[in-house]
Amino acid sequence: MNQHYKQPLQRSAFYARMEAANVLAEWGNWGGYVSALAYDDHEMEYTAIRNGASVYDLTPMVKYSVQGADALAYINRLCVRDAAKLAVGAVHYTIWCDDAGKILDDGTLFRLGADDFLVCCQERHLPWLNDSAFGYNVTITEVTEEIAALSLQGPCSANVLRAMGFAIDTLKPFRMVDLPFEGGKLRISRTGFTGDLGYELWCDPAHALALWDGLMAAGAPWGIRPIGTHALDMARIEAGFIITNMDFIPADQALREDRVRSPFELALDWMIDWDKGHFNGRRALLAEKAAGAKWALVGLDIEGNVSTEGSIIYHDKKHEVGHITAAIWSPTTKRNLAIAQIKRPYDDAKSGNLWVEVYALRELQYVKLMLKATPTKRPFFNPARRRATPPGQF
Amino acid sequence: MPSFNHIVIGAGPNGLACATKLAQSGARVALLEAGAGVGGGAAGYEFAPGYPTSLAHVLHALDSRVLHGMALEDHGLSYASRDLDTVALAENGAHLTINGASLSGDGAGLDREAYAVLHAKLVDFARVLAPFKALSPPRIARGAGNPMLKLGQLGWGVRRLGCKNFREFLRMILINIADVLEDDLSDERLRGALAFDATLGAWLGPRSPNSLILLLNRLASSGAGKPAALTLPAGGMGAVAAAMQKAAEAAGVSLHCNAKVTKISVRDDRATGVVLENGDEYFAQNVISAINPKTTLLGLVGPAHLDTEFLRRIRSAKSRGAAARLHLGLKSAPDFRGADLKSRLLIAPGVNAVENAFNAVKYGEVPKAPVMEIIMPSAHEGGHAPDGKHQLSAIVQFAPHDPKGGLEAARKLMLTNALAVLERFAPGIGKLVEHSEMLMPQDIEARFGMVGGNWHHGELAVENMLFLRPTYGAAQYATPLPGLWLAGAGSHPGGGISGAAGWNAALRILSGKGAV
Repeated sequence: MNQHYKQPLQRSAFYARMEAANVLAEWGNWGGYVSALAYDDHEMEYTAIRNGASVYDLTPMVKYSVQGADALAYINRLCVRDAAKLAVGAVHYTIWCDDAGKILDDGTLFRLGADDFLVCCQERHLPWLNDSAFGYNVTITEVTEEIAALSLQGPCSANVLRAMGFAIDTLKPFRMVDLPFEGGKLRISRTGFTGDLGYELWCDPAHALALWDGLMAAGAPWGIRPIGTHALDMARIEAGFIITNMDFIPADQALREDRVRSPFELALDWMIDWDKGHFNGRRALLAEKAAGAKWALVGLDIEGNVSTEGSIIYHDKKHEVGHITAAIWSPTTKRNLAIAQIKRPYDDAKSGNLWVEVYALRELQYVKLMLKATPTKRPFFNPARRRATPPGQF
Repeated sequence: MPSFNHIVIGAGPNGLACATKLAQSGARVALLEAGAGVGGGAAGYEFAPGYPTSLAHVLHALDSRVLHGMALEDHGLSYASRDLDTVALAENGAHLTINGASLSGDGAGLDREAYAVLHAKLVDFARVLAPFKALSPPRIARGAGNPMLKLGQLGWGVRRLGCKNFREFLRMILINIADVLEDDLSDERLRGALAFDATLGAWLGPRSPNSLILLLNRLASSGAGKPAALTLPAGGMGAVAAAMQKAAEAAGVSLHCNAKVTKISVRDDRATGVVLENGDEYFAQNVISAINPKTTLLGLVGPAHLDTEFLRRIRSAKSRGAAARLHLGLKSAPDFRGADLKSRLLIAPGVNAVENAFNAVKYGEVPKAPVMEIIMPSAHEGGHAPDGKHQLSAIVQFAPHDPKGGLEAARKLMLTNALAVLERFAPGIGKLVEHSEMLMPQDIEARFGMVGGNWHHGELAVENMLFLRPTYGAAQYATPLPGLWLAGAGSHPGGGISGAAGWNAALRILSGKGAV
């Protein structure tokens, strides 16, 4: 008998260890999986990302395998970036759009072989991926449940892997390697969502607990600890990364006509390869390029130390010109940071007089603040250790 | 490396009309036809030695702009009949003759007044809708460059039906024909005839929603200058094709038969020409496809040049044909219990007879008692059959487009059942048959390139009309691929031997408006 209704959320292969470690019992739903929001103290967890080593359960990330003779041509018709430039064993960040050039999702594309790709993303897209495959010799399979994945992030993450006996010194950012593990293999990619040195580890769910235990044992000298989504979110804002359904609404889910966003409007147009041939949304994007986009995505530096999540942005304290999609008082940069969607040209030419309206809760009482905001470059935090190969000894 | 201003693919009525209109503007136009001769659904062929015919057999929708703009009468078009009567056949010989608003024959008095009222109302509706056929469909979007003044005039025309009729228009525009007939009429012969006309060529029964609008569409057409008239061209429909060919050539169109296009060339995201089966490549600023939109976009262009959602809509556009064609070579004239063989004979004895005939095809089956429209071209003039013999040409409905027992068995059963129905209305006809041909929807698809055997190249139904034909994003004749246009029956206003879609497309191309 199917008992799924008794357990509406899926448990990842790491769940037994996660449950034991989660003294706060703070859980959330990520893509149908139980996901830890925090284990014991999300600020200490954040500190592990920036100063030690951290482990985050990545299993709920939606994963599609794309295989077949036309896999490259298919990926190139699907996504805006040119996958022909992606070497086997390499990874890149990419996005895909609907016919109107509005973004459906972003994700990472792993080239496992000449005709073998893995797409990792936030939302589920199988109907879209299959419809886009009409006329292409490819097989698209959702493999989310077949792969157990952990994100190992932090300046000491390379040392943890070294301590486990993995030879990762030559592994460059956005590259991956398969190494023997538990009689099978562990795929290690030098990728992550923290803007720091880090790795993502992919294995057979049967080896999941061994991987967790191995990391915790080997990482103990560097204070390794499991982290939840709250800590990760702090790190990703410092890194300037965006999340689907947090910083933008995917075009296929948007109910309001004006909520959809193009690559130009999310500062992702640098990925578009206009010369690779047709890709989905290309004609609409060309038209938008010529006509100009309506919105812009910017990083903001805001005065004071009150976090501005969800706040509305005004020009000259009067006219509404945008809103904050993610914000944090950044412990590492000691700046009050935000990611915002702003109507053009207030992102640039008219960005000199921007104010954020914040309702700060102070002991059960809201205080209204108007804080000066200044567009600033992303990433807000971008340490050299993230890129150094071989990775440093910390 | 032949190079043209425009290449038109497919020399059916729309391709011929489009190419001619473009050539008349002084452009260099190539018209490429896969077959040996022009005409598409109007192309003449022999189903048996001495029996010429074509897929279409009545001329009732030829666009008046095409008729006059191509000067078809100067190029040889004449009529064997300019205004056919319709005879609703009865098994007991008490036939009802219908022409426009007039009824005659046994018992014609029963519905005469009610029919006159209904007919006048439907003709009024058709009159205000007719001008929409001669337009590029408007686009439902702000700043889409619609001809607002023209649309305003047409909208005002609808409003000017008057308070009562405008309300009736809104009540009836999406109604099913059966409800209207059962509300207003009582003569089953008349009801059957109108139910048949509303569903002719459609994948709909008279009780299917939105079936009335197809009758309005028929009434909004004209034959030989008379609204809703049915005509027979002298020499058959092949003569229409021949006249259109002459007009095209006179306009300077460079016609190439046996020139099957296998690929539309795309360079730098623009259609730049076509590649033929023999490997020849032709170049042009515009490539205009007057063949099936699915074949054009999914086959000749291919998915790599088109976006996912657009492809999804094209792929899922309904294109089920439910009309079969029957041709019989007869030893002598049949006797439909005294009915005038020079009229259009309908075997559609009641709304339910039509509905029941449609029921079967929902399940991929052949109806026990199909309904049909019969023309006896040989009763009008010579040349349609060997001396002394006769040709019966019928559209037999409904035929499954994807028969569950397979094509061969279905075709055989369809012929058997059609002959059995004919025998009831024309006793002894079976013994007169010397030759027979039954074209099922799949045969029509194979021979004429009409996907699903649907002669509109995509079902003509409310959800597939105007700016939804063949789908939004290609409904103003321009496709998302720059330089590629659609001009066939799959585009507004649909099929029939009309040329309207081709003419509209040519006007759109000449207007300089692309995909807005």
